[in-house]
Amino acid sequence: MKEVKKVGSKLNLDMNLVEKARGHAKEIAVDIQKFIDVHTTVTVERTVLRLLGVDGVDDIERPIPNIVVDEIRNNGGLDLGVSYWIGNAMLEYENKSPQEISEMVANGDIKITEIKQHDYEAIRTKIFEVAKKYIDRIDANRNKREEYLERLGEGAKPYLYVIVATGNIYEDVIQAKAAAIQGADIIAVIRTTAQSLLDYVPYGATTEGFGGTFATQENFKIMRKALDEVGEEVGRYIRLVNYASGLCMPEIAAMGALERLDVMLNDALYGILFRDINMQRTLVDQFFSRVINGYSGVIINTGEDNYLTTSDAYEEAHTVLASQLINEQFALLANLPEEQMGLGHAFEMNPTLKDGFVYELAQAQMAREIFPNAPLKYMPPTKYMTGDIFKGNVQDALFNMIAVLTKQDIQLLGMPTEAIHTPFLQDRSIAIENAKYIFNNMRSLGDDITFKEGGMIQSRAKSVLEEAEKMLMNIKDEGLMQTIEQGKFAGIKRAMDGGKGLSGVVKKDGKYFNPFIELMLGGGNNE
Amino acid sequence: MSNSVDLTKIKPYGDTLNDGAMQFSFTLPVPFGPEADEAAKILLQKMGVKDPSVVHSEDLGIGYTFFVAYGKTTYDVNYEDIDVPKVDNEVMDKYGVEDFINEHIKREIKIIGACTGTDAHTVGIDAIMNMKGYAGHYGLERYKKVETINMGAQVPNEVLLAKAIEENADAIIISQIVTQKEVHIKNLTNFIELVEAEGVRDKFILICGGPRIGHELAKELGFDAGFGRGSFAEDVASFVVNQIVDRDLV
Repeated sequence: MKEVKKVGSKLNLDMNLVEKARGHAKEIAVDIQKFIDVHTTVTVERTVLRLLGVDGVDDIERPIPNIVVDEIRNNGGLDLGVSYWIGNAMLEYENKSPQEISEMVANGDIKITEIKQHDYEAIRTKIFEVAKKYIDRIDANRNKREEYLERLGEGAKPYLYVIVATGNIYEDVIQAKAAAIQGADIIAVIRTTAQSLLDYVPYGATTEGFGGTFATQENFKIMRKALDEVGEEVGRYIRLVNYASGLCMPEIAAMGALERLDVMLNDALYGILFRDINMQRTLVDQFFSRVINGYSGVIINTGEDNYLTTSDAYEEAHTVLASQLINEQFALLANLPEEQMGLGHAFEMNPTLKDGFVYELAQAQMAREIFPNAPLKYMPPTKYMTGDIFKGNVQDALFNMIAVLTKQDIQLLGMPTEAIHTPFLQDRSIAIENAKYIFNNMRSLGDDITFKEGGMIQSRAKSVLEEAEKMLMNIKDEGLMQTIEQGKFAGIKRAMDGGKGLSGVVKKDGKYFNPFIELMLGGGNNE
Repeated sequence: MSNSVDLTKIKPYGDTLNDGAMQFSFTLPVPFGPEADEAAKILLQKMGVKDPSVVHSEDLGIGYTFFVAYGKTTYDVNYEDIDVPKVDNEVMDKYGVEDFINEHIKREIKIIGACTGTDAHTVGIDAIMNMKGYAGHYGLERYKKVETINMGAQVPNEVLLAKAIEENADAIIISQIVTQKEVHIKNLTNFIELVEAEGVRDKFILICGGPRIGHELAKELGFDAGFGRGSFAEDVASFVVNQIVDRDLV
């Protein structure tokens, strides 16, 4: 169902220059993909285990996937991948599932790398049999989402996206249901503040978190069920969001695929820049996470808004476009279609800037025209929210106007109490009222507006595009990793061998295989 | 201020002096309806609000109701009794700080900062430390004779202190944005305990800051100063350079 947006060009953009910039981004991504293709990581391997149905924790709360992967790594076998070792053990212990084998490893009953090694092709065949069963489960989730959308329908775009962040999944459920009844289309359960740096995924339903709630498979399941229930009640499918980011990026993507999440935050560079996660680790991890998201029909949301909270939104606008183009190419390499690329940007210019609204309008329209099929995700003002809730509500109103005028797809609603606390029940209601009012009251205005030839808006978009093209050309010439080392994104420098998680990166053996990458990409590795 | 204001008994001002007018907005966990409005009024009366009037109420969808209300408080405040502990040095601008360093310290000073513990929000530390600063106030990185190290987010207290010792920093600034469940208090207290355990408390000027942190709280926790909402790099810089001189850390 390819729906092409009928926006037409209002900006009179030089589409040759756009294609040139896109070409640079492609070269940048392809260059990195060469590195990705020959490496795996501990979380990629744990993801394979999870997709083979392995779950649970031992008596001191260590996740079984971590125990198995660590055991294989400590014995020098991770370069072959867990699929090899699990498949081999399944041939040795017939009738045992990957879960049972993994429990035997966790209990110390077997040394998985010391079992007699069976025929390679037989191992592959064994693992592919199991893998296909779980692929069927993901397919079923995809179909179920489509059924729901068919039967219940969905809200009009821009979708109203709100967050819940109580720390307690059961309290989150109450707030999420309230938000859906008030009109929200998408609910994100914000993660507890330190989760991105955990090199494991916690287990079970959780009721304690700081500024958010742990992403666990059980929590996903609880919220999915609640949103399906409220969706029936309000007669709209309510989408669920979580965060495939941090040190467990692909594991969270896998959990989302298994529990029918609809949207995943998933940026190729965010973890490197803003969480100081090692770049080799993140780049390998983002690929598998995007393969999973792409296959399971999940919309990814990229994190370009973060550049603008760190740097100046007016001066650094081109870095957003450059990053969007890079994210687009990484997504394409992972077979993630345009219709699932929720490329990000944000309304973050200083409110005292003269004509700031005009520049924001130019930026949003430019994103719309350069990525006509992408479900663009527009982020609200946060950096210049002050605690003056009255002014905040006006800032959010301007943000909502731009969204409806430029046909954004996913509108993360600004809260008047941003910068004060995680949203109260009433804050969310005020934000939803604000957006509903503006989206309805200005619904078709965008269709009637054209921009003055060579005027402020066209000129601004032109100059941002030119700068982005230049930046991408430089990155292409120097290499993405080198550019990050020099601090060219958001002014943040990250070393090739610095940051967290590098020790979890492993070079693949020639016999390495990952059944899910092969199955999800539809045979053969990516080109 | 008008002469007729009695500073020993101040009350909110709506449109007439001492009318006590205030606005309220809150949610009660009861279904939308006349009983809910009545509940909101009774609550306001119990809070000492005279003639409460619920001007708007809204069904929040799960049997809860949101209210906007007005009323007149019966309480007053003695303004003349108020004493708020503040950072008491004079605040200089960037050039003033640079001149002060040249004149009184005569060397480069070093300031190290981080967002510590689990806190991932660098917007505060970035606003104070990074070149660009915030709202037209340049950050410390831009000051001549000030060397800055911004360690970013989620830095463990131990790592920050070790770096400060290694770098022989003059001042350590810690930003804390997330305050749910008092996590910032525990984290800041832990930092002071570490500094004391290492026996280096006197070597550093210790500063904390964040939207929910004030000077009084900072002092209570054992820091030299706290900078809350509306503070800029020059507030921090002026304090640091004065302390270096006052505490003989030149």
